[in-house]
Amino acid sequence: MSAYTLAELCICCAAEAFRGDGEALATSIGLVPRLGAGLAKLTFEPGLMITDGEAYLVREPVPVGPRGDYRPKIEGLMTYERVFDLIYKGKRHAMVTPVQVDRFGQMNISIIGDYERPKTALLGVRGYPGNTISNANSMFLPQHTKRAFVTGEVDMVGGIGYNPARWPNGHKPEHLDLRRIVTNLAVMDFQGPSHAIRVISLNPGVTFDEVQDNTGFELATAPGLSTTPAPTDEQLKLIRERLDPHDLRAGAIPGNPPGERSS
Amino acid sequence: MDKTCAVADITNAIESGMTLGIGGWGGRRKPMAVIRELLKTDVQDLTVISYGGPDVGMLAAAGKIAKLVFGFVSMDLVPLEAHFRAARQAGAFEVMELDEGMLQLGLKAAASRLPFLPTRVGFGSDVLTANPEIKTITSPYPDGETLVAMPALPIDVAICHVNEADALGNSRICGPDPFFDEWLCRAANQAFLSAEALVDTDTFNDPLTALQMPIERSLVRGVAAAPWGAHPTSCGPKYGMDVEHLRAYSAAAKGGWTDYLERYVLGKDLSAYLAEVGGPEAVGALPLPVF
Repeated sequence: MSAYTLAELCICCAAEAFRGDGEALATSIGLVPRLGAGLAKLTFEPGLMITDGEAYLVREPVPVGPRGDYRPKIEGLMTYERVFDLIYKGKRHAMVTPVQVDRFGQMNISIIGDYERPKTALLGVRGYPGNTISNANSMFLPQHTKRAFVTGEVDMVGGIGYNPARWPNGHKPEHLDLRRIVTNLAVMDFQGPSHAIRVISLNPGVTFDEVQDNTGFELATAPGLSTTPAPTDEQLKLIRERLDPHDLRAGAIPGNPPGERSS
Repeated sequence: MDKTCAVADITNAIESGMTLGIGGWGGRRKPMAVIRELLKTDVQDLTVISYGGPDVGMLAAAGKIAKLVFGFVSMDLVPLEAHFRAARQAGAFEVMELDEGMLQLGLKAAASRLPFLPTRVGFGSDVLTANPEIKTITSPYPDGETLVAMPALPIDVAICHVNEADALGNSRICGPDPFFDEWLCRAANQAFLSAEALVDTDTFNDPLTALQMPIERSLVRGVAAAPWGAHPTSCGPKYGMDVEHLRAYSAAAKGGWTDYLERYVLGKDLSAYLAEVGGPEAVGALPLPVF
């Protein structure tokens, strides 16, 4: 097995989030989710619908960064308007990169601080409310800290979560479906008690206590909590030679640390 | 019928207190020549509806926005819009922050002359708590579901930038994505287009070309020639984003806005602006963005 970086490990975990999605439209915001969706399509989920990141569906992942002579292999059209028409149908899995996440899985990319006079204005809610009430969602956070995984609720709830106090008439929205959270420390899901966030694997060299200490709320653990499996040689070859030939992933996690911390 | 006009005729139709809808998306195909012309006027107190980019940032920096209706403001390759952020953090304008799909439904409701369109989107999020004017409705059918009634977002004047237009108001968008331009135009009392080129109607006499023409000419009040008029945003396939310019413009949020205005806007017509940013050759050489 080859040496690998933490970014490469996270890309493989992001790919795993799309397992079982069949012909869903994989919308991936951010480099690691984008490479993850591409890796899933090239390996175990060939039916995924993916785009060139602009407006076309493509039959194979477009390498990120400068394309040289490469031309996207178009298989259809997916304009923004069409994305929103499809969201409500639900055959879609979005993997996004929120700035804040809380214990309910609620996500924020809007503002930090007070809503009227925010300390920091970011992007705005974008499509998070519609994504999360309509189809499957996963997340990637490159820095697992208490600033990202906040105590209490996020400052502006864009992506909705498993918080009954906010549900219409107290009923869980039928299509709310939060799947995976991939971070530099661990992989988590929402299969704890009452959809609590649960650690399902720890990245090599990371302890559960370290993950908990960097999270603003109590985490559950999966039975048989394991170590995140290392990328296979096939996965590394696809990432390095086809999906990201310019090594943009080196900038995905600050310091570009190795995947095996102890090495 | 001849709808051709000057860029300044478009801004003459925009009055203080109006609701202005702006086409394009983030850093792509924004009607920047019209925005720059608007910066020269004393128009203020605008309600701006936009899939926002530097259009929103410049109007915010100039203090012209009373209320912003938006889902995001970003310049794509420069992800955060510094002028928008500064104004938003200062509480400089009222906000109606919406999910992008809700924004589209609001435009479609206005375009259909309906008071609202129903959706599930918004439930569970702070979009509803931050916008208490958005009400819910109960389905009259046996499901009885409670739904969000996304209110119509009517527009006084919509402005969009297109690749080609003719004197009748027919227009063509050659990039891969028309974004939501036709819905902004349909939601508006009147729409104006700036165009990379004014062309003869015969140019559109082709079945595949017709597929790139989402805006009905009956919506369009005026068309103005504005070659390179989306700069510093992109106008595919003709030219890409001027990332260097967008970065310098961003940096101007820290005390440099007046200098930016003097260098690029005040007293400059489109050709003088183009000369300041390197001329048509330089803009034409900007590579199309890859995402």
